[in-house]
Amino acid sequence: MAPETITRRDPRLIAALTAAKVTSAAIRRAGRGGGTAAPGLVAERIDPSLLGKIARRLPSGAIVVAGTNGKTTVSRMLADILQAHGLRVAHNRSGSNLARGVASALASQADLFGNPRADIGVIESDEAAFPEIARQVQPSLVILNNLFRDQLDRYGELDAIASLWRPALQRLPETTTLLVNADDPALAALSEAIPARRVTFGLDDRNPRYLLDAIPHAADAKVCRTCGDVLTYDRLYSAHLGAWRCPKCGATRPPLDFAGTNLALHGVDALDLDVARASSPDHPLSLRLAIPGLYNAYNAVAAAAGAATIGIPAGTIASALGDYRSAFGRIERVTYRGHLLTLALVKNPVGFNETLRMLTIATGGLAAPTLIAINDLTADGRDVSWLWDVDFELLADGTAPLSTTGIRAADMANRLKYAGLHANRIYPLDADLATGLDTFVDALPAGAPGYVLLTYTALLGLRQVLADRGAVEQFWEQ
Amino acid sequence: MKLVIGWLYASTMNIYGDRGNVIALHRRAEWRGIRVEIREIGIGDPIPEDVNCFFWGGGQDQEQAAVAADMQGTKGEALRAAIEDGASLLAVCGGYQLLGHEYRPHNAAPQPGVGLFDAVSTAGPERFIGNVIVESEWGELVGFENHSGLTTLGPTATPMGRVRVGRGNNGRDGTEGARYRNAVGCYLHGSLLPKNPALADWLVERALARRRGDVQLEPLPDTIESMAHAEAVARAAATR
Ligand SMILES: [Zn+2]
Repeated sequence: MAPETITRRDPRLIAALTAAKVTSAAIRRAGRGGGTAAPGLVAERIDPSLLGKIARRLPSGAIVVAGTNGKTTVSRMLADILQAHGLRVAHNRSGSNLARGVASALASQADLFGNPRADIGVIESDEAAFPEIARQVQPSLVILNNLFRDQLDRYGELDAIASLWRPALQRLPETTTLLVNADDPALAALSEAIPARRVTFGLDDRNPRYLLDAIPHAADAKVCRTCGDVLTYDRLYSAHLGAWRCPKCGATRPPLDFAGTNLALHGVDALDLDVARASSPDHPLSLRLAIPGLYNAYNAVAAAAGAATIGIPAGTIASALGDYRSAFGRIERVTYRGHLLTLALVKNPVGFNETLRMLTIATGGLAAPTLIAINDLTADGRDVSWLWDVDFELLADGTAPLSTTGIRAADMANRLKYAGLHANRIYPLDADLATGLDTFVDALPAGAPGYVLLTYTALLGLRQVLADRGAVEQFWEQ
Repeated sequence: MKLVIGWLYASTMNIYGDRGNVIALHRRAEWRGIRVEIREIGIGDPIPEDVNCFFWGGGQDQEQAAVAADMQGTKGEALRAAIEDGASLLAVCGGYQLLGHEYRPHNAAPQPGVGLFDAVSTAGPERFIGNVIVESEWGELVGFENHSGLTTLGPTATPMGRVRVGRGNNGRDGTEGARYRNAVGCYLHGSLLPKNPALADWLVERALARRRGDVQLEPLPDTIESMAHAEAVARAAATR
């Protein structure tokens, strides 16, 4: 694909980029962080098509990653793989995944004429912003992970996202490859009969240890998108993801072009799996990852399949993924007052269920005292009803105590009570994160580890508390 | 004594933590030594004779249309008959709308309702989202609303209560929900009952009292529930 000519001067684009750079510099001088979308906002007012203009000049095109869970991890994995392959990557790594934030990120990685200082783009896209980003960027590859209920008070209902995506996917041209998680029945249906080339990925592991018996309560897409009948699963991995079929009309999971197999989950530490390609099933790519959990198996298959689709050699993919470390907030380890704390971000029912599964899969129950911090600010989701869609019932059998903190500490404690945990295991602590953390740590036996599960703004707050108190980071990524 | 919960459309209409309401009914009966059975009533299933407490949650548009069709005819009649006979019921969002005369979505055919409540609901231009406090005969109810449907009560309907914080049925008349005999419908979705144990206990008590006269439940130690209630009141005051 030929990039647009480098020499063409576009006065409006140049004016927009100049304004963006001035804004960025002003923000830096003022010492304010977090203003990642402001330069994009300024530039967009001057040139509304800035994002597309820069993206379409990327010599190797752009990859857009979207979906409720795992888009940050998948796009970071892909960027790492592409860099390991020697490519310069433009990536909205610092956070904002709305159209404006993506424009800001690309503008900061381009010269004043709008020529990107990169070979290829990796763009993480917000669900609602996906149609606009795809329209402007005209990606060569689109990766869709999954569609779950997430922050419903921001988006309305799940159907609303599906109906936004349907026309956007229909508009992708034949030259675009759509890599889609076929284990998600809704995504499989949305990607049927589109002009773009569809490539599928999913899991095909048969180890009963990693299969669910019944569809968890938090799952969303349980009905056949063709006939409305209830779907059944030959193998169910997580939420509504798996080898599905409709008993009535015969609709079934499409064949997988890339399949994750031979899964081995090692608690909160690591996972192994093979990625088999339908075109060469006898030569799977063996991956060893230093990140845990079944959800990361899906992320690794998506990233490996994406990289393989654009021709990155298998060895590069395996070594880059082997070196990959947790993206912001997924799993962090920190030593505080002599205790190793494992911090995990929980942001929706499906993610929370997978985290609980990860913490209990090795031992059958919670292995360590656990603190759960729930906030209800906009970035967390203002409605905490989602806690009732999480299967805390699976914690009822253990003995480890559970404490709660954050703005909704009492709501969380109430959820644990109704999950059937014995009252003497539930400790509703102060809503203040610093106070809650100290009360939790005071109660830990000397040198004992603890788990801390937090919503987004609670994680930001707790990290600040830990940093202020000089806690030692074991590993996490800034 | 046995509490038999009929969970209407448990697999198709069940969003925003709606199952928290069923969990609350179940636990609060069980903690008092009352036997509990839960019957899921899906599309095509009849209304079981022995259900004394119904729950009906919210759904997405695709599911709600199929459910509206399923409730027409004998099934809707059987549900109305059970309520006339004293069964208790809680319906939230979509379930509440479909218990009125009709729900009129955007750009789609009107969905006929069961007609238990004298109410009509219409898809509105705006989404009401946020924490809610309702003054009611069960005291101060706290919850979260998230709906674009506007419900207008008819002359024979009684509201569940009046909103002190929040938009309520339609954002205009200050009413929230509807009540008919032992049936209550409202927009306070998911996890309403765990934070409002007085309403949960009333639904259990009314269910058990069907065909056996008066029932008085023993009080429970609701320390954590009271903390969660107080926390929700404080959030509603702070956020709206
Ligand atoms: Zn079907």
